Amino acid sequence: MAKRNIPEVNAGSMADIAFLLLIFFLMTTTMDTDKGLSRVLPPPVPVDDTVTPPVKERNVFEILINARNLLLVEGNYMELRDLKEATKEFLKNPMQLETLPEVEMVEIPLIGIHPVTKAVISLQSDRGTQYQMYLNVQNELQAAINELREEVSREKFNKGYDDLNEEQQDAVRDIYPQRISEAEPRNVGGK
Amino acid sequence: MAKFRKKKDSGVQAINTSALPDIVFMLLFFFMVTTTMKEVSLKVLNRAPEATELAKLERKSLVTFIYVGVPLKQYQNRYGSNPRIQLNDAFATVDDIQSYIVQERESMKENDRPLMTVSIKADYDCPMGDITDIKQALRKAQALRILYSARQVESLKY
Repeated sequence: MAKRNIPEVNAGSMADIAFLLLIFFLMTTTMDTDKGLSRVLPPPVPVDDTVTPPVKERNVFEILINARNLLLVEGNYMELRDLKEATKEFLKNPMQLETLPEVEMVEIPLIGIHPVTKAVISLQSDRGTQYQMYLNVQNELQAAINELREEVSREKFNKGYDDLNEEQQDAVRDIYPQRISEAEPRNVGGK
Repeated sequence: MAKFRKKKDSGVQAINTSALPDIVFMLLFFFMVTTTMKEVSLKVLNRAPEATELAKLERKSLVTFIYVGVPLKQYQNRYGSNPRIQLNDAFATVDDIQSYIVQERESMKENDRPLMTVSIKADYDCPMGDITDIKQALRKAQALRILYSARQVESLKY
């Protein structure tokens, strides 16, 4: 049998082909992970069961947004930039004022007895409210709660909230729960 | 002196590039594995609202998307210029949401179903009325974990 010479395959352009594919995937790839404000909706209520548990007036932080994107907080007009501080003040009630929500001493695991607010944030928007405005308000409320949690976490564990372990985060969350209730929207703006 | 002169003919060594395809292939495979093709083509105008306090979604497989916004120009003569809902690739109404959620939930793994999250991707200029209708429909469908999709910014415009 005659010895055949197998010619060597020229692999010089392999890199070019690979580069071409690489660039295609680089272009089409989307690495975006969806980000947003996460909320949990209340479960649907049965039609006949309309009795809502009573909440004391002083424990409710009432926020209304109208169709012109203006804020009414606790019966007074407020600018969006003041909302965060007002919310923090309300949730914290540092001076135990009569006008601000009740504070209850509760035994919290890992932390011990700590004052816990009974505050509930009530948010009502109009059907004509702009979505961005609604998210701004949600964002400011979230910011207020996040900052309060951060404060407690620094004070009790000497660490930021994000660095705590699961149990510690639960404990901090027990002190400042995220209680935002949303009333059924009204249609005053007429849109 | 002769010793020094000897070095003159050694030119620049050619760089060995035989490992280059391997490196490129490695990158290629990485991108091929991680890439996710865009699943839906948007038919509504969708400009994300802005927010600062955002949470990340943990797992993409748990998420169902609902798009809300004004139909794009080419669809406006058929669907009007009021904000509409888009589910998958088609326009839909609020009444369709419930069956859509049920269908999406069916396609998930059994133990993932309670963790199902619905991401509402709405245009920033939508009126809240449409969003509220969607939220009520989601409540009826027992899809209670929702996410208001937004774009991260440093600070809000007051």
